Amino acid sequence: MKQLIIIALLLAIVKLNAQVSVSGRITDNKNKSISGVSITLKNSYDGATSDSAGAFSFLTTEKGAQQLEASFTGYNPILQTINIGSEPVIANISLKEQITELKAVVISAGSFEASDKNKGAVLNSIDIVTTPSANADITSAFKSLPGTQQVGESEGLFVRGGTATESKIYMDGNLVNNFFYSSTPGIATRGRFNPFLFKGTVFSTGGYSALYGQALSSALILESNDLPERTEADFGVSVVGLGGGIQHLSKDKKSSWGVSYNYANLWLAFNVIKQKQDYYQIPVAHQTDANFRIKTKKGGFIKYYGYLSTNKVGFRNPDIDSVVLKNAFAIQNLNTYQNINWKDQLGKGWRINTGLSFSTNKDDITNEMQDAGNQKLTITSPAFYSFKNFSLLNIARYAQARFVLEKKIKGLTAVRFGSDYFYSNEKSTYTLFDGTKYDEKVTDKLFAGFAETDIYVTNSLAAKIGTRLEHSAIIKKWNIAPRISLAYKLADKSQASFAYGIFYQNPERRLLPGAAGIDYSKATHYIFQYIRQTKDFTLRAELFYKKYDDLYKTGPGNNGRDLAANNNGYGKAKGIEFFWRDKKTIKNVDYWFSYSYLDTKRDFLNYPSAIQPSFAASHTAAFVFKRFVLPWKTGFNFSYNFATGRPYYNIAYDNVQGKYTIADQGKTINYNSMSFSINYLPNLGKTTAKTFAVWVLGINNVLGQKQVYSYNYSNSGRKEAVTPPSKRFVFIGCFLSFGIDRTQNAINNNL
Amino acid sequence: MKKIMLSALIFLLSSLLFAQSEKFTAAMKKNLAELDSSFKNPPNLLTVANNFERIAAAEKTQWLPYYYAAFCQVNYGFIQQDKAKTDGYANKANELIAKADSLSPNNSEISCIKSMIASCHMMVDPATRWMEYGKESSSNLDAAIAQDATNPRPYYLKGQGLRYTPEQFGGGCKTAKIELQTALDKYTGFKPAGELHPNWGKEQVEKLLKDCQ
Repeated sequence: MKQLIIIALLLAIVKLNAQVSVSGRITDNKNKSISGVSITLKNSYDGATSDSAGAFSFLTTEKGAQQLEASFTGYNPILQTINIGSEPVIANISLKEQITELKAVVISAGSFEASDKNKGAVLNSIDIVTTPSANADITSAFKSLPGTQQVGESEGLFVRGGTATESKIYMDGNLVNNFFYSSTPGIATRGRFNPFLFKGTVFSTGGYSALYGQALSSALILESNDLPERTEADFGVSVVGLGGGIQHLSKDKKSSWGVSYNYANLWLAFNVIKQKQDYYQIPVAHQTDANFRIKTKKGGFIKYYGYLSTNKVGFRNPDIDSVVLKNAFAIQNLNTYQNINWKDQLGKGWRINTGLSFSTNKDDITNEMQDAGNQKLTITSPAFYSFKNFSLLNIARYAQARFVLEKKIKGLTAVRFGSDYFYSNEKSTYTLFDGTKYDEKVTDKLFAGFAETDIYVTNSLAAKIGTRLEHSAIIKKWNIAPRISLAYKLADKSQASFAYGIFYQNPERRLLPGAAGIDYSKATHYIFQYIRQTKDFTLRAELFYKKYDDLYKTGPGNNGRDLAANNNGYGKAKGIEFFWRDKKTIKNVDYWFSYSYLDTKRDFLNYPSAIQPSFAASHTAAFVFKRFVLPWKTGFNFSYNFATGRPYYNIAYDNVQGKYTIADQGKTINYNSMSFSINYLPNLGKTTAKTFAVWVLGINNVLGQKQVYSYNYSNSGRKEAVTPPSKRFVFIGCFLSFGIDRTQNAINNNL
Repeated sequence: MKKIMLSALIFLLSSLLFAQSEKFTAAMKKNLAELDSSFKNPPNLLTVANNFERIAAAEKTQWLPYYYAAFCQVNYGFIQQDKAKTDGYANKANELIAKADSLSPNNSEISCIKSMIASCHMMVDPATRWMEYGKESSSNLDAAIAQDATNPRPYYLKGQGLRYTPEQFGGGCKTAKIELQTALDKYTGFKPAGELHPNWGKEQVEKLLKDCQ
């Protein structure tokens, strides 16, 4: 008997160890096999990995009800209960793909991103400073991308048939009102801000998010740096000035502060490189800024940036209406900008992004007629001469408060909403030749509310749907602007997107105060995009149609200035754009090419009818080429910009017909400009070097090609070409950083 | 007969009792052997990684299976060519090594894997990722040396990294050889803590040194 029990026990144990096979196939929701999936019998060693046909099979000694788990990166893991008896078990499992940033489509219609981290970025931050035609100016770098015009006579981004005022610039969500140095006639000014302040930039040439508004054409969204890598000091000297700064990182690496000061003086440069203008006040600028950044417990940031600058310039041009007289223009500017921003996680999937900004701007302008001996001259007859002697004092104050709340729903799907409040107070005093003063004050309180949702249906299909609501005290009406973007992944590396949106904008300052009852101007965008992007190549094609309604027509206002009279203007713009970037085909060479075709007409301001505006060329192309030669520790950058001629008009008031007519018109010669820059990094690779130096040589318009931006007309109809201040410009500078090894930075930029 | 039966029963019962640790050792050995041969057939690294992960999940308290699972994943991340997928393998390896780290903190071998994971991330786009991941990779190697000065692997990884860094940036054979020679010296004296403990890299060091002759 005992023996029998022992035998039974033995058999039981052996039976217990008898192996049963478990097999099956792993598929996705489209019944496609997934290989590499780990199949595990929970709490045992038993399991397998699915093969290329999605099949798996393993033997197990486990018995009874067991949990079978299938898991694979990028898919939601699945637990399935199986019952293991003596027969082979078959378990087929279907996995669902997770929606992750790595795999999901990027909602990108209309926008270009410059970032080191984000997927879908076409440029990285260093491209902005190494594009030679840009001269380290943020917005100029974007002129090597499709959609923008090569306008050299005034600053700003002219996007897809829009004026520069239709492009707005935001820093950490807050509007920057005086992004550029104050305008001077016929000379484009630079952006005020150092490109190294920003870690990421999104340049939208249309169809941008409901979080932004008051720009009919374009939004440039800048995101400031987080903490610096380490404490560092830097100093730079160049043909245009000198400057230095310090960035201090706290020991616990949780906070930092920084200050910098720059002094610019173009005396040397203008003495060497002859300028068309006769400068009686060489451009001089003092600029200082300060910042602090604090990393919060939850990984958020509090950031402050403050900026103060003052500059002056004065120059003479021959007066267009006479042979011997001169027109002298001088401006003094004082500008401040302050921005504080808090971005954080609030828990339970909520995030906040809130900010306050204040800025002031003071322009003190004088314009006068001068005789051959540079003495002031007042001429009152004919009457138009009298308007050439004036002074203008503009004092502007701006404030903005903003918050955005975001809630993550599931995966990448999120909703966000928020509000903006802008206050602007712009005072001006215009003094005529005879001392008559005209005071003017324009204030606006603009409220905006917005809501937006990102919906990720699958990794291949996503939508961004938003609405913006605005009320301006100037217009005294509400507007509602819907925005929609869709993105669909066509294949692993390519996607198609579509964007639609309505955009409203108030009249620009120089058209105010406008007539009673003026409304918002309006643009409607339709954008189709195809993008194919791999690590080494980017191909992007975009087709757009933009319709303008309710553009401002002007009528005569005070002292010869035209003001917004009504909303009877309109226009349209359509075109196609291509962008190609290749980092691989030619060894150590990175190049990109962009081309834009633009067909646009508009009737606005004093235009007699819908015509191609003077700031729009039909064909624009840019080519940028960069090569870093390691043994020489030198980078060579080259760019070529081309645009077909732009139309120009002499729009004059015809007293007989009682309306504006085109007295003369034409087309400028094609625009060609080749620029070249060299960066030399002598301490590259010397890990022991205490100082890191970068030498820069840049030459604009190397070939000295003739450039005509437009034509100015005299009162009698004689025309005069608007050309660059000098044929070429040469920049030489040396920038040093101390206390740190910038080699890593250099490798970073050039590997 | 009775005695034989009885002893057979005792053997079977005791084997059931002791099976756990033996089963662990046996399974680990089997997979370590498979790991060695997988470098000739890289996709198999993932299968082995999954095997180790299963052992790790079932055991719950052993750091070694997590360590080897991470080692397989990060190596596959280096070997496979599709850079769009590299981050995925590195992230997976990171998940696994974090678990090993929580079971065995301040472990020099684990710091080595962390360094490899950072290098793997960096490899996707060295130009833009150098700042973040290059630093992380080297700080983990420094930690590995601090945690166990006798471990040759941090020196091996350092030397390997330098070997493939351009000379202009302070890399190349000349600087790499110093680290590789240190690694080789340390391998001579190195004894793994147990038969399942990490004991890899010597052959690669010899090969790298030969390349640099």
